[in-house]
Order: sequence, then C-alpha cells, then structure tokens
Amino acid sequence: MFLHYLELAARSARASKGLSTLMVLALALGIGACMTTLTVYHVLSGDPIPAKSARLFNVQLDAGSSIGWKAGEEPTFDLTRFDATTLLREKKAMRQVMSSGFNTSVSLPDAQIKPIFSSVRMTSADFFAMFDAPWQHGGGWSATDDEGEARVAVISSALNEKLFGGANSVGREVIVRGQPLRIVGVLKPWKVLPHFWDLTLGSYTETEDFYLPFSTAMALKSGHWGSMDCWAKGANGGSSLDLNASCAWIQYWVEFAKPEDAAAYRDYLTAYSEAQRKAGRFERPTNVRLRNVMDWLDAQKVLPADVRLQTWLAFGFLAVCVVNMVGLLLAKTLRRGGEIGVRRALGATRGDIFRQFVVEAGLLGTAGALLGLLLAQGGLWLVRQSPSDYARMAQLDATMLALTLGLALLASLLAGLLPAWRAALIPPAVQLKVQ
Amino acid sequence: MLTDLMPILSTLRRHKIAAGLIVLEVALSCAIVTNALHLIQTRVDALSADTGLAEAEIAVLTLRGSKPQPPERNGSIAAEDLARLRALPGIKAATVVNQIVFGDNSNNSGVSLDPDSKGRRISAAQYAADDQMLPTFGLKLLEGRNFTPDEILDNYQAFNTPDPKIGLLIVNKVMADKLFPGQSALGKTVYVFGSAASTIIGVVDTLTHTQMHRARGDGGGAAMILPLRGGGSYVIRTEPGQLDAQIKAASAALEQVDRTRVVTKARPLAEMRSAFYAQDRAMAWLMGGVCVALLLVTAMGIVGLASFWVQQRTRMIGTRRALGATEGQIRRYFQLENLLLTCTGVAIGTVGAIALSQLLMQSYEVPRLPWLYLPAGAVSLWLLGQLAVWVPARRAARLSPVAALRS
Repeated sequence: MFLHYLELAARSARASKGLSTLMVLALALGIGACMTTLTVYHVLSGDPIPAKSARLFNVQLDAGSSIGWKAGEEPTFDLTRFDATTLLREKKAMRQVMSSGFNTSVSLPDAQIKPIFSSVRMTSADFFAMFDAPWQHGGGWSATDDEGEARVAVISSALNEKLFGGANSVGREVIVRGQPLRIVGVLKPWKVLPHFWDLTLGSYTETEDFYLPFSTAMALKSGHWGSMDCWAKGANGGSSLDLNASCAWIQYWVEFAKPEDAAAYRDYLTAYSEAQRKAGRFERPTNVRLRNVMDWLDAQKVLPADVRLQTWLAFGFLAVCVVNMVGLLLAKTLRRGGEIGVRRALGATRGDIFRQFVVEAGLLGTAGALLGLLLAQGGLWLVRQSPSDYARMAQLDATMLALTLGLALLASLLAGLLPAWRAALIPPAVQLKVQ
Repeated sequence: MLTDLMPILSTLRRHKIAAGLIVLEVALSCAIVTNALHLIQTRVDALSADTGLAEAEIAVLTLRGSKPQPPERNGSIAAEDLARLRALPGIKAATVVNQIVFGDNSNNSGVSLDPDSKGRRISAAQYAADDQMLPTFGLKLLEGRNFTPDEILDNYQAFNTPDPKIGLLIVNKVMADKLFPGQSALGKTVYVFGSAASTIIGVVDTLTHTQMHRARGDGGGAAMILPLRGGGSYVIRTEPGQLDAQIKAASAALEQVDRTRVVTKARPLAEMRSAFYAQDRAMAWLMGGVCVALLLVTAMGIVGLASFWVQQRTRMIGTRRALGATEGQIRRYFQLENLLLTCTGVAIGTVGAIALSQLLMQSYEVPRLPWLYLPAGAVSLWLLGQLAVWVPARRAARLSPVAALRS
C-alpha cells in the first residue's frame, strides 16, 4: 500500500510541478540554514576530551586584593605562581598540572635555518598523561626534571617536520633563548578544540608546538603570553613572573581517579585558602572554584554568542518554512477535493486518505532533505571561508547527517498532518455532486 | 471599497485555517525580520566606528629577535630602531607603542582621584609611547600639549621600583569628561600606580580602546597615554598610497641590524581593521541573507494560497463579473483581503518582535529594538503582501465572466 501511495504522491508532485518545487525549495532552504548553524554549534560545543572530561578539574583561588572586590564575583581565573607551586608540591590529586603560555624562537645549534617562532606551553610533568597527549617518539619528562630545571623539551609533529624534516629527533638539541634543550619526546598531530587548558590565548587556538618544564622556562627567564592579572603592588619592582608577585597567570588542572574525589579536593582548597588568609596573603573571603571541563567551558562562555544567535535565527526561519509548507500543502490538497471524493466513493477509508497525504508530505520532505543537505554543505563551505578562528572546524559528521535527514522528515510530516487531516474530512458526496 | 469588507470577512471565516496560516507566516516574518534588521544595524554601526587615527597612512610592524636581550635594554633598542625608521625618506613619523587599535594587546589600568586606588576609580585603556605617538597616530590635541622628547621615561627603569612614578599623562576626551565633568582636566592630578600622582598635560579627541566595541569593563572608552618607551610594536606613518612600499623599506631596515631579527608581522592598519571586523561583517551578511530568504518564502506562501483561492472562487468571480463588477473591483477585492490578512499578521508580529527583542536583550546583551523598526517592518510586509498578491489578483480580474461561470 505504501508503494502505491508513493506512486500517487509522485504523480501528484508531477501534476503540480510549480507548487511542489516551491515547497521543496522552501523546506530545503530552512533545513540547509538550520543544519549549517547547528553543525557549527555542535562542533563548537563539543567535548574536547570525552574520555575524562568528568574527571579533569580546573582550580580557581581568589587571591586578589580587597580593593575593588565585590561579593559573589568569580575568583581570578588563573593562579599566582606561589599558589600553583604550593599546590603542585602538596600533590593532593591523582595528577596535577600547572602551566602557562609563551611564545619564543626555536632554532638549531648550527644556525642553518631561520629561527622558528613557536607557541610554547611551560608546564609540569603530568601534563601529557593528564591530557592524553599522543606520542610519536619518546615521551614526557619526570617530576625530578621539573625540580631540577632539566634542559628538556617536547615538540609537536609540525615543529618536528620544520626542524628535522619529520625524523625521530629524540635526543637532538634545539636552542631556546640562547640555551640548548634536549628533545625527549615528539607528539603525533594533536587536535584539542576548544583549547580548554588555557582559554586566555583564544578559545580555538591550536595545541602548542613546544613544551618545556615550568621551572626550566623560569630559569631561562622566558616571558609570558596570555592573561596576566596583577593587583596591589603587583610585580613590586621585580618581574610579574616572580614567585611572590601578586599576579595571576598560571592555569592549574587536577585529575581524579573518579569524579567523586572532587569534594575532598574542594575541602582541601578551602582549607588552603583559609590558611593563606590567616597568613595575610589572601585578603578576600575564601572563594574557591573547582570545575570539570564542560562546566569550565560553560562558565568561560566559550561558545561565541553569535553562534547561538545564528542557530536561533535559522530555527525561526525553518519555522516560517514549515508554516509556509502547511499552507501550500493545504491548498494543494483541497484543490484535489474531487479526486478524494472519487476515492472515498470507491471504498477508501478516511485512514487511507490520511495515510496517502502523509506519504505525499513525506516524499516532499525527503526531496527537501536531500536538497537541504546540499545547501548545508554549501553553507558550511561558506562558513569555512569565513575568518573566525573556529571556521576550519565546521564539518558535517555522521550524527549531523542523520539529524539533517531526521529534522527534514519530521518537519515535512508535521507540515503534512493538518492538510492530510483536512483531506480525510472531505465528504465524498458533496465533492461528487459539485463535479 | 468598504462594501467589499463584509463579503471578505465572511469568506475568510470559511477558510480559517488557510487564512490563519498566512497570518502566522506574516507574524513570524515580521518578528524575525525587524529584530534581524536591528542586529544588522548594530553590526554596521560597529563596523563604521571612528578610531580617530589616520588609518590609511599607518602600518604596524612586530619585530622579534631570537637572541635574548635583557629587559633593561628594551628602551634603548627601541630608541635606536626608531632613529633608523625616522631616517627613512618616505616615513612621516614613527613610534613604538605597547598596543594599538585592532591589535592583539589590551592593557588597562585603574585610575583614581585619590592615592592607593581609593576614592572614585575608573578603568582606562593604557597606551605607553613616546612623544611621536600623537603625530604618528594622527591624534588631535584638544587642550594642553604633547610630551617633549626629554619627558619620555624608560619603561623598564620606571617600573623596576616598588613605587613607579609616572609624572605626566595625556588622556582622551572621554576620560577627561568622566573624571572631571564640566571642567578642564588640564593640570589635574590622578593616581594610576600606587601613591605617585600624575598630572594631566593634554587632552586628545578620539582615542579608543584597542578592542573597540568588544572591550569589557567599566571604562566606557576612557584611554590615556603614558610617556614610556619600551618594548612593543613599531608604528609608522607615511604619505597615503606609499604604505606598501614603506612597509618593505621599514622591515628591511629593522631586519638588517642583526640576522636573528625577524619582522613577524607587518600590516597596514586598514587591513587590521578589516580582519578585526570580519566576524561582524560575516554575521551581518548572514542575517541579511536569512531576512531575504524569509521574505521570499513568505511571498511564496502568499502567492500559493492566493492562487488557490482565486481558483476556488472562479465561480464567484464569474457571478460578480456577470452582475457588473469591473476588473478593478475584482482585483481590489483580493488586494483588500490580503491587506486584512497582513494587517492581522503585522499586529501579532509587532507584539512578537517586542517579545523577541526582550529575549535577545536578556540573553545576548543586544540593545533594545528602536520603535522605528516596528512601522518599518509593518510597511515592508504590507508591500510584500500586495506585491505577492498582485499576480493572482490580476489573474482573477482577467477571468472572462462567461468562462468562469461555465467551469
């Protein structure tokens, strides 16, 4: 029966080409717009590290000065070097990492190539294990290296390609700030979006090219890139990177074996914060935050407001398209009152008529979905040409593909319900009499 | 005209669903289009904001060296480089600044009227440059004077002390008006760093936050210039039209000092402006596209349903024509019917537009929808409706009465 309805639907579509084209086109436009914006939304609000995002937590302590303090405000987003160093030393979590951004030139000892300016993460030993860094050659450094200011480094596959032509460079030396560093590990290409462990350099920046122990970076008097928030006397005549500077610029993350361990750690942070207040270092009331990856991204409002706005706009558009389709389908259905009358007179039940018209709407919906898919691909291509830093991520994946088809079918069936119901209500006798 | 009204109402009452659909479609379009147009307008306003700078004549160069230099040398290196740049023939002025509009850097400081951050305090964009910043940027001095070369401090020395003393300041008009409303800011004292007072010696006209409309905080456009020379970006100003050639010359002059030096970025300010606003522009285009598509779809719906009605009422049209109605009367009948429907739609849509605007204000920090958009939206939907109904109405009017009655 379904096939018969399909055949009838195709015949009716052919009979009113103009109207059918209008409907399919309008639906496809709505679907295309929706899927384009939804895909961008989906990609941007994705989980950067699904396997352990519930077990990784960002740490915030409120170390700022009492001047300008307002109750209920967020604590400073980053930690001071003093606090980060202390928490790292006390090792109360399964893994803990302090890190910050930097940018420097990396060159080879023989100075044959032009220095390559690379993004740097100065961090501590657990970084690679905590964030599941994929290794091409070698591995990370140890906590002993952290303490000993070891002259070691890890480089990305892209930098390895530029410096060593992609060969296994473990054991080779590079020059950073005039000092030789030995490469201990080379990463595989590594994509983590958003760049959640440090959002101060842009939410969708790529993973760093160069990694070295935090202590080593400090010994080399490296600079700092990213957010730097100072208060009171700030650097107090020294550098804002000094251990005792009143400046927050370090991102601190902890990993637990299970998410429930966070409560105990939060207590520990509160106790730490209280102790610092007693010692006179912290002036503000204790205000700690411990957020897992997704909560952190949410709190930092990583998803651009424009993207959400676009998505709403597209859904509004789809709503208009669906209303439009209901109207046109209704017109088309009622125009065929005579045909319906004949079918009813020949024994078709109301249910039969209803089903026939729903199938017809479904057929138009499928056509609209396919065309909408093409439009969405075109739309995403346009998005990728746009200059925003997240643009390159806009790709349609299997989930979104299924969602497109589902959404289109749902929209068209929804649009088809009212006309089909009206069609089923047409009394056969009146229609036949009019003929 | 009015005599048509009653029959139209009674016909519409018999086609409640179809009429309701048109009304709904018009209402949705009206609500969305007015708000989208308003959003486009806010973007376009942002795009055309004035920076107060001679944008067409300015380029920004970022120089990096792989040889580590002690930070205390930054100021003298900058001075040497500036001497090199200013010696180039096509360069009108050059300076080194910690930040520039559309750039990546944004330095802000709290400024208060009493020492040690007590009393009234505002946040201001903090520019640090030498006496050549004003001529290089093309800033207009409203009051007071520029720094003299011997008033410029070395950035490292100035801050390598627990209590930095910056004695002189130039502020922008916004900041002057904010701190000293109704009086001249010249000669007044403010506190930027701790307990050392700074005296305002000049007021410049327009000098914006580097992030323009994306700036956060309570400064509301306050900006100041500190007389400091240190690290930062080199900014050159040339005759208009010579910018590209001068960028090359300046980069070469900076790089030839030492082979470990690399000019990593050298861009005209106009190009930085265009990159900075790319996202806003893309958003404006996208919303414009959706608006056009939305109106098209709505028009399509009106054409479709009106055609259907014309077809359905062929017999009625024939009767009326036979009883003496003119073509114009038939056409006006359909036009009036459409006007009634769009009016209802627009009325509902206006309420929807206001509600939507409230929602946007709450969730996206969008300004309130100016009321002027509401009549503008209404008029455009009326026009759209009349335009869309024109073809079916004319077809109805041209039906020959005899043929219409016979069908």
